[in-house]
Amino acid sequence: MGQLLVLSGKGGTGKTTVASALIQLSKVKHFADCDVDAPNLDLVMHQTVDPIITDYSGLPKAFIHEEQCIECGQCQSQCRFDAISHDQVKKTYVVDLNACEGCGVCELVCPVGAVHLEPIVDGHLQLYKSERVFSTAQLKMGSGTSGMLVTKVKRQMLEHGVESEWAIIDGSPGIGCPVIASISGVDYVLIVAEPSLSGISDMERIVTTASRFGVKTFICVNKFDVNIEYTDKIEAYAKAKGLDFVGRIPYDSQAVKVINQGKTIVEIDCASGRAVQGIYENIKKVIDNGGNL
Amino acid sequence: MKIALLSGKGGTGKTFVSVNMAFVAEKAMYIDCDVEEPNGHLFLKPQIEAVEEVKVAMPKIDHEKCTGCRKCVEFCRFNALAYVNNAVKVFEDVCHSCGGCMLVCPENAIVEKDKTIGKIEKGRSGEVSVKTGILNMGEASGVPIVKQLIENVSIEEALSIIDAPPGSACIVMEAIKDVDYCVLVAEPTIFGTQNLSMVHELVKLFDIPYGVVLNKCLDDENPAEKYCEENEIHVIGKVMYSHDLALLSSQGEIVSRVDSSYYAKFKTMLERIFEEVHHGTTSRA
Ligand code: SF4
Ligand code: SF4
Ligand code: SF4
Ligand code: SF4
Repeated sequence: MGQLLVLSGKGGTGKTTVASALIQLSKVKHFADCDVDAPNLDLVMHQTVDPIITDYSGLPKAFIHEEQCIECGQCQSQCRFDAISHDQVKKTYVVDLNACEGCGVCELVCPVGAVHLEPIVDGHLQLYKSERVFSTAQLKMGSGTSGMLVTKVKRQMLEHGVESEWAIIDGSPGIGCPVIASISGVDYVLIVAEPSLSGISDMERIVTTASRFGVKTFICVNKFDVNIEYTDKIEAYAKAKGLDFVGRIPYDSQAVKVINQGKTIVEIDCASGRAVQGIYENIKKVIDNGGNL
Repeated sequence: MKIALLSGKGGTGKTFVSVNMAFVAEKAMYIDCDVEEPNGHLFLKPQIEAVEEVKVAMPKIDHEKCTGCRKCVEFCRFNALAYVNNAVKVFEDVCHSCGGCMLVCPENAIVEKDKTIGKIEKGRSGEVSVKTGILNMGEASGVPIVKQLIENVSIEEALSIIDAPPGSACIVMEAIKDVDYCVLVAEPTIFGTQNLSMVHELVKLFDIPYGVVLNKCLDDENPAEKYCEENEIHVIGKVMYSHDLALLSSQGEIVSRVDSSYYAKFKTMLERIFEEVHHGTTSRA
């Protein structure tokens, strides 16, 4: 199965708005939301079936058994993540599960075996399976293992995706480990950039990341009319880097209205929707020369 | 006093609100904790006065002493060590610097060396001192940079404005754990509202007083505003979407500098925060 991933360097540029419109237009049978920290795609991709929910556990975390603890403080002094503190009332040491990275050092150093690493549920995977397969997940607050969950979201989609040719994935924001997990294995990346100083800096960072993976990259600009000069700059940058510039989407207050009705912007006639239609056709044209969307 | 600016995701205007608040505060420190993509310096354009490297400890194997027992490899929960070609190899980009392998090695064959994962730039922009954390590309975690950024902030300046990383992951918790007030910046869409509800959960967890700034508002119904009403969250300010404002921001301009009405608006927001912190009249978990 070929995969197109939508990225933006940073959230809030309209990545999900564009991804949902492309999913709607292309009628792909498989799609996924890899923004496991704050998934939004479900709000506009209404599902008629109930999801199959599975627990997700990252690394196990440390638990201290009070009755065994002799308050020697070794675990606290060796924990590099400041995750252990002394509870004076309970007369024991306790682990802050938000700070614990599950490295196992405390378990190693405890002289009386009072510490155990135990699995905890860090989030949930959701799989909607009807005529289309939609894979998504929600990480629990403060959990740090989102890269692993992103990989699971994609795997869950692929495992249920044998009969389909293409998939569209709404990627994770940023450039860190979840983004790298979203990029690995995809065939095409579409970057949604914003025409601003910060938008350009974010875009350049994500282009660098994508190019490390040797993935074919498209660029489009959202809210292009906010700053046409910078939009031109982004287009020139794309050309200079040999990336395909596939279109400009105007700022559109209609889009906000449509989204707030829980619809994608291509479900009514509006300026931003028409622009995404053009982007979709451009991407298709390029892929048709190599792949086929 | 320390104020942190949060949003469930990037792009809501968190940096926009942060830099304007820092600007109108007259004397403040602005700390950019969005270490993956720090953007505040694009607006404040500080004169860089010092650069500090951020380092973490990485294991280094003394192959002379190593007997190949593989205890370290077995211990490492992050698979950062492997035994290949009769030697232990360290995969630095997945190592969490926990120090466990060093403790477990019976031959004392592991020592630690520093590895730079990013830097902190310190500078000034008029009355605002600016600290920017920058994570090197390809590094696993920015948490050590955030830790170093917020160390000693309270004693350095009367008012510190912390531009937190987007989201609600562990790195955000690190950035807000000692602040006096959290400002949640929200967009007027159902996406924005869902993200707002996530950071709302987060600040409730931390028991820090908080309020909301509604950004990019249109005349239509605003689901984020409705969320605030339903959950009795103080709205400390509201900024309407305008093309001029978007253009100025896109050029890296601080609107309060060029437009007195925005200056007044952000000043009022800041005063509201001071009041709420001092009188405890605020949304609280
Ligand atoms: S497992 Fe590691 S991070 Fe967690 S509490 Fe123990 S030493 Fe600290
Ligand atoms: S090392 Fe073990 S005994 Fe010592 S304080 Fe920690 S849990 Fe208690
Ligand atoms: S320091 Fe910890 S994470 Fe790094 S290699 Fe050693 S055991 Fe693994
Ligand atoms: S634990 Fe020490 S001696 Fe054993 S393989 Fe690792 S480095 Fe070598």
